[in-house]
Amino acid sequence: MTAPTFPSIDYAALAPVLVVFGAACLAVLFEAVLPLRGRSRVQLGLTLVAVVAALVAVVARATSGAPAVSTLAEALAVDGPALFLWGTLLALALPSVLLMADRSVEPGGAFVADPVALAEVEAESRVGVGASRGGSRSAGTSGGSAGGGGRGARDAARAEGHTEIYPLLLFALGGMMVFCAADDLLTMFVALEVLSIPLYLLCGLARRRRLMSQESAVKYFLLGAFSSAFFLYGLALLYGYADSVKLSDISLAAAGSLRPDSLLFAGIALVVVGLMFKASVGPFHTWTPDVYQGAPTSVTAFMAACTKVAAFGAILRVFTVAFGSTVWEWRGVLWVVAIISMVVGAVLGLTQTDVKRMIAYSSVAHAGFLLLGAMAITPAGLSATLFYLLAYGFTTVALFGLVSLVRGPEGEATHLSAWAGLAKRAPVAAAAVTFLMLALAGIPLTSGFTAKFAVFSAALADGMTPLVIVALVVSAVAAFFYLRLIVLMYFSEPAADGPTVSVPGPFTTVAITLGVVVTLLLGVVPTAVLGWVEGLSFLT
Amino acid sequence: MSALLLALLLVPLVGAAVCGVMATREHLDRAGKAVGLAFSAVSLVLVAIVWAQFRTGPGVPRFQGRLSVEWIPAFGTRFALGLDGIALTMIALLAVLVPIVLGFGWAEKLPPGRTGAGFTALMLATQGVLVGVFAATDVFLFYVLFEAMLVPMYFLIGRFGGPRRQYAAVKFFLYSFLGGLIMLASVIGLYVASDARLGEGTFDWTALQGMAAQLPLETQIWLFLGFFAAFAIKAPLVPLHTWLPDAGAEAPVAGAVILVGLLDKVGVFGFLRYSLPLFPAASRELAPLVLTLAVIGVLYGALLAAAQTDMKRFVAYTSIAHFGYIALGIFAFTSQSIAGASLYMVNHGIATAMLFLAVGLLIRRGGTASMTEYGGVGRAAPLLAGMFLIAGLSTLSLPGTNSFVSEFLVLIGAFSTRPVFTVVATVGIVFAALYVLWVYQRVFTGPLRGAAVVGDGPGAASAATMSGTDDTGDGSWARRTTARFGDLTRGEVAVMAPLVALVLVLGFFPGPVLEVLEPAVSATMAEVGATDPVGPPTPINGVPR
Repeated sequence: MTAPTFPSIDYAALAPVLVVFGAACLAVLFEAVLPLRGRSRVQLGLTLVAVVAALVAVVARATSGAPAVSTLAEALAVDGPALFLWGTLLALALPSVLLMADRSVEPGGAFVADPVALAEVEAESRVGVGASRGGSRSAGTSGGSAGGGGRGARDAARAEGHTEIYPLLLFALGGMMVFCAADDLLTMFVALEVLSIPLYLLCGLARRRRLMSQESAVKYFLLGAFSSAFFLYGLALLYGYADSVKLSDISLAAAGSLRPDSLLFAGIALVVVGLMFKASVGPFHTWTPDVYQGAPTSVTAFMAACTKVAAFGAILRVFTVAFGSTVWEWRGVLWVVAIISMVVGAVLGLTQTDVKRMIAYSSVAHAGFLLLGAMAITPAGLSATLFYLLAYGFTTVALFGLVSLVRGPEGEATHLSAWAGLAKRAPVAAAAVTFLMLALAGIPLTSGFTAKFAVFSAALADGMTPLVIVALVVSAVAAFFYLRLIVLMYFSEPAADGPTVSVPGPFTTVAITLGVVVTLLLGVVPTAVLGWVEGLSFLT
Repeated sequence: MSALLLALLLVPLVGAAVCGVMATREHLDRAGKAVGLAFSAVSLVLVAIVWAQFRTGPGVPRFQGRLSVEWIPAFGTRFALGLDGIALTMIALLAVLVPIVLGFGWAEKLPPGRTGAGFTALMLATQGVLVGVFAATDVFLFYVLFEAMLVPMYFLIGRFGGPRRQYAAVKFFLYSFLGGLIMLASVIGLYVASDARLGEGTFDWTALQGMAAQLPLETQIWLFLGFFAAFAIKAPLVPLHTWLPDAGAEAPVAGAVILVGLLDKVGVFGFLRYSLPLFPAASRELAPLVLTLAVIGVLYGALLAAAQTDMKRFVAYTSIAHFGYIALGIFAFTSQSIAGASLYMVNHGIATAMLFLAVGLLIRRGGTASMTEYGGVGRAAPLLAGMFLIAGLSTLSLPGTNSFVSEFLVLIGAFSTRPVFTVVATVGIVFAALYVLWVYQRVFTGPLRGAAVVGDGPGAASAATMSGTDDTGDGSWARRTTARFGDLTRGEVAVMAPLVALVLVLGFFPGPVLEVLEPAVSATMAEVGATDPVGPPTPINGVPR
């Protein structure tokens, strides 16, 4: 009997991931042993320290010029794009954590104190509504709306009890980091589950509108489970084809072999479907609006920014490393997917009346744009997509941070009509939203334009002129609904009983400011980041 | 001169920022307006200095006062500015018009909750970005500013405009944005082509001009069409013009002046600076298409102008006719016609500004833009009628007014290469006389009636209240306006007087402006590869060429 051989582990390269997962495990322990009082502060501190430490480790590694390595028995590739994606994920997680931790906007935080106590919360809030608002809106009609005002001392004391969001967030973040660095499909699948399951939970934790939040969690879970199954099935087929789950082996097998192609293409199709689902690329986007709307806004911010980064990171890697040799076989199909995604996102976005749903459809359209860059499979396409992810992530996080500030008596007022005349009540917030909307629309001097420009020029250089033209037309269509919000905020008179804009606490202020500043800087002086992404290439 | 040029770009932007901050404080509103006016005056002085330093005559470089700073090396784009004669005249016109419209807007009644300082800030922001648009010598920078200039104008229309301002603002934005995006495809296409041909992607206008002119015709045509979409919407040429009457009618008068007088000029400026030099073969190939649209615009704009009852829409439609002439001049490819078109860009700005402002003064008194509400205004307000008449005569290109010179140059220049189009377009002159004089007749002559009799419409009442804060010191004006339809105040005369002077001076002495334009025109002619058909052109108006 031979002694088992252990794979060599490059701890230095893995440091960021280890920090995040280590902190996540520690956070679970804290959850078990620390007293309730003050626990959330400790957990928040731990999370922030972990994210910052991991970020420092990533930057140190990226600037040290250490060579790209594939470690852990070649399960994880720590190469240039992986480091950039890790950095992006961690940089985006920072404002997301701050948004989740904020308790000044929603007293006690945006998360339900005790997830199982639905009935009690409902009853309590109904009493609260009845007492303070004269029953202006019953909880039943809105499908489980929770009222304002009904937060007694008991509730405030229990508010400490939602600290499990921090370990959940850390696990999701760690999963995302592994997901976009995974060098074989099996690792990728495990990472997919690690990142998804905490997200399913987080979606269901909203303090207000409990039923909608739980519905979104169930929807996300069910559809997510299906997509995981797709991915797993595709993985199995590809393993059958290539006798390996390693990305580079699949590429080699596909490049020169007489094996039956049906296994390969069925496998590619199923794996891509699974990835597209996570990236909310149309037509696999159907969960996106519901989940974005139902989840607590800070979780939506995290999902919208980080999940997209992780999913596209994985898509880029899989396309380039595993399926690069067969690009001409599958790209035609992806043309259609990209067009569907862009058109569906822009056209359905037009009809939305809820801000969060509108941003969700906008994210579907943006996923289509991102796919353009990802499909190019050229160095320019890779760097453009990476840049786009960073730019889009910060814009989105800041935008959701601002959405969480606009509040009516029943929590966040996300219906478009509630935003009428907002500029008069809160000029600074309205100006920030306007700027971010212009960034999403791709107006020059914002990061959105720089990113679009980079992606479109990469796509055009790779011969995708018709797609670029579709993308440009779609951008114009999508601009309409971004503009509509600006019109509402600036050109309409405010409703008499409209929502108020909360004064954000320090955490939310920092998160929003960070997002707005990055959006501006990447629009005006993107040189540093463009310089970083320019020379990156995957380890093959 | 580079430093001056940069200052020309930055001064309005800084002014916009200052006014924008002041607009958030109610008590700083008046001070904000004054500060804005001061900033625009500084711009005017700067332009005068640049104009004095600008070298003319043969052998001057294509661009003067060049300035080039590395911006985004990954895209090969630089922050590069430079002036040719056409850009300089546009910037000068802008610098002249902005203080005038700010002066006009001083006493303007604003929608509730809007501040004059905010208005001034948006106006200065538009000015700053427009200076950049005209001065950019980097195609990427041009595109960036081309799109960015939509934002302040969008807010100007949407926040300060008339009853249908939301619709007009969004329509304006979406039309221009769509055009811009189609242009973006071509901009990227140019970049990709330069990457392939020059070894590295660049947006430098000069480098691209040398490169793009060598591209095969088919590629040129596609790229040309991308730019053309944006410029034709902006100009606007006829099938793409529908946003202009809405935007012109709903924008506040001062905003409409800048919108129609200058922002739209970016379209025809783009033809001259980008379409012709970058894609000469495609320009020549597609000239008949553009000329057809131009001539249709001349006639269609004139006919619709005659049919309007809303005076702001009327001015907007006359502009569509004039843009037709400008496009005709540009795509006829003769020195005279292009020089005429370039001069026309200036003259149309002056004439339209004056016409819009005269209409604005009328609305301020009568409270409505509808022609049918007025009659015999000339009796009550002879000065106002005179101003309108001068503006109208300039619009219909009466000899002795500024527009005559340019229209004549366009037609005489275009006739030598495109006789048929020119003859058809000449019919437009007759229409112009018709629509201008008809409006004058209906509104300003005959017996007093409608809003002109009492003059107590909402506009007059507001003018009366506003005059309390009027710095002209003419307190009697308030009483007169409430008593009857008042004539122009001294302040209003002061606003209009520079325009009257420009109309007459440029009508008799266009030489200095033509001199500045000439090198740019001959450079454009050389770039598009066109030669004048009949020897050296004869001197026009004593201007040696």
